[in-house]
Amino acid sequence: MPEMTLIEAIRQGMDEELERDKDVFIIGEDVGKRGGVFRATMGLFEKYGPQRVIDSPLAELGIVGTGIGAALYGMRPICEIQFADFIYPAFNQIVNEAAKMCYRSNGDWTVPMTIRAPYGGGIGGGLYHSQSVEASFTHIPGLKVVVPSNPRDAKGLLKSAVRDPNPVLYFEPKKGYRLIKGEVPEGEYTVPIGPAQVSRPGKDLSVFAYGMMHYYTLQAAEKVAAEGIDAEVVDLRTLYPVDRETILASVRKTGKALIVHEDNLTGGYGAEVAATIAEWGFQDLDAPVRRLAAPDVPGVPFSHPMQDWFMPNPDKIAAAIRDLASF
Amino acid sequence: MDLAQDVQLEMFRAMLLSRRLDERAWVLHRQGKIAFHISGIGHEAAQVGAVFAIRRGYDWVSPYYRDLAILLAVGMTPAEFVMGMMGKRGDPTSGGRQMPSHWSLKRANVISHSAPVATQSPHATGIGLAIKLRGDDRVVLTTVGEGATSQGEWYEAVNFAAVLQVPVVFVVQNNMYAISETPDMQMAIKSVAEKACGLGVPGISVDGTDVFAVYRACQEAVDRARQGGGPSLIEARTYRMTPHSSDDDDRTYRSREEVEEHKKSDPVLVAKRQLEERAILTEKAYAEMDAQIKAEVEEAVRQAEQAPYPEAEEALHPVYAEEIRLAEASHA
Repeated sequence: MPEMTLIEAIRQGMDEELERDKDVFIIGEDVGKRGGVFRATMGLFEKYGPQRVIDSPLAELGIVGTGIGAALYGMRPICEIQFADFIYPAFNQIVNEAAKMCYRSNGDWTVPMTIRAPYGGGIGGGLYHSQSVEASFTHIPGLKVVVPSNPRDAKGLLKSAVRDPNPVLYFEPKKGYRLIKGEVPEGEYTVPIGPAQVSRPGKDLSVFAYGMMHYYTLQAAEKVAAEGIDAEVVDLRTLYPVDRETILASVRKTGKALIVHEDNLTGGYGAEVAATIAEWGFQDLDAPVRRLAAPDVPGVPFSHPMQDWFMPNPDKIAAAIRDLASF
Repeated sequence: MDLAQDVQLEMFRAMLLSRRLDERAWVLHRQGKIAFHISGIGHEAAQVGAVFAIRRGYDWVSPYYRDLAILLAVGMTPAEFVMGMMGKRGDPTSGGRQMPSHWSLKRANVISHSAPVATQSPHATGIGLAIKLRGDDRVVLTTVGEGATSQGEWYEAVNFAAVLQVPVVFVVQNNMYAISETPDMQMAIKSVAEKACGLGVPGISVDGTDVFAVYRACQEAVDRARQGGGPSLIEARTYRMTPHSSDDDDRTYRSREEVEEHKKSDPVLVAKRQLEERAILTEKAYAEMDAQIKAEVEEAVRQAEQAPYPEAEEALHPVYAEEIRLAEASHA
């Protein structure tokens, strides 16, 4: 199997979907000639032309609202939001329109649309190029929320998102675009939206993570393995709808749970995982459920010392694992 | 007037049906049979003029909540409307999920819209983009009130449409009120049509109480859009003859004298006079038409009253497209 970076896998996924279905098109800022500010759409404008890879005016609401309209007509838009931080101008269109369309029309109208957005910190992006926005959307019935952590899943989940009959938010860990490499199967495949995956089986405790933090968690698990702690790592992959079965099955096995995310703590996605375990897995627990998350400050500071203080990393995760393992 | 006489009569009948049904909704509200009504009285010419300019059932419509006449003209039945008012299962917009007059009529290419104003405008642009990408010859008619043109969503929609050159006709029904706020509280210009200049689209302001004037303006815009000439903006100036909704009391912000003055230019009366002057409609024919419409409205109310409510459990679906079949099964 060929090895590629996360962003190459995302690009290949889009390329194949554009090739497969003429109703698929990309719309966003700088996605055309520039190939995206992160180069996610590099080469696609040249291959498919300005009708399929559309440079839009600089207005996120308009990108998503236009995508919704096209989806209502039967197209399969891929809307790119340049940074997840910029998704909030489109919040009303996502939450009030795309998410509610199927329900409010009693199934007459659906919105088969993918919204891609790079998220996350640790890249010197400051408050407005670093945010993790997933928790703002994992509360919204009607949406699906996906966060890949490796190239194989990134490509397979992207293809599933494009083919899904519902609006799918696809958040890309941008720090991992070129850092995270992995094997990608040759030929056609998809990764289903919904199931989480045990990415590292273990017996002492369960660590739940996604995106960049999943990548760091695997590194942390290797560190503590050398110390004799056998951590199971679960890549949540699809955050909404929640894969409660996989979460509870892991806790049933290990009896201890740690959730890691780089979004801030309060009301973050970890709260839902913790509540799931508390409600349905209480009798399996040998220790309190723990969360390792960013502090409750409004954003990721720009200056390196402060950014490093904000971000969870493999060392912080390893420390949290040791702490929980010793309970 | 280049419109055939029977089309002119059909347009008038569409206006009168909308008016009588709307009036009946107010009565139903006073009778305590419905919880809410948002009225299109005073908008009939703007709506019928616009919708008759498109190929109804073929072109697409992204409407707003006052568009009763548009919905009737594309084929929503009066009984379906009243079922929506009553939250009955047969409500074709949402199966009783949405408040009344939050339209959707899939079979006639009318998309579903929400309550925050101008949210449906970008959808019209997106439909226009899809039409262009597919190479179809359809156009999109989308409507808002003048208050909605204050929204960023409306500007983004018109700007995207202009930049992408897509076949959309943006009709603004300026009824002089956004609940209590007058146009001078919405904009520092005299006419919504002036906004077209800054967006690079043709803009025109027409007398929205004259159904044929609206029709002519919209026909020109529809033709241009269908021929690849891009979007247009049309302001239809009219007057909201009722309170904003059944929950509003317009006596707190406008005088009875003002409302009475505007009743002289009631669009239904204006159209009736025009047809009488053209010898297309007689008083006798009008009386017959009106009696027939009123009977049709009463029959619609009777049918809707007898129609079933949804079962409570139907509220569970369909959140996702995969559940649509589940929802249909629970209807059966």
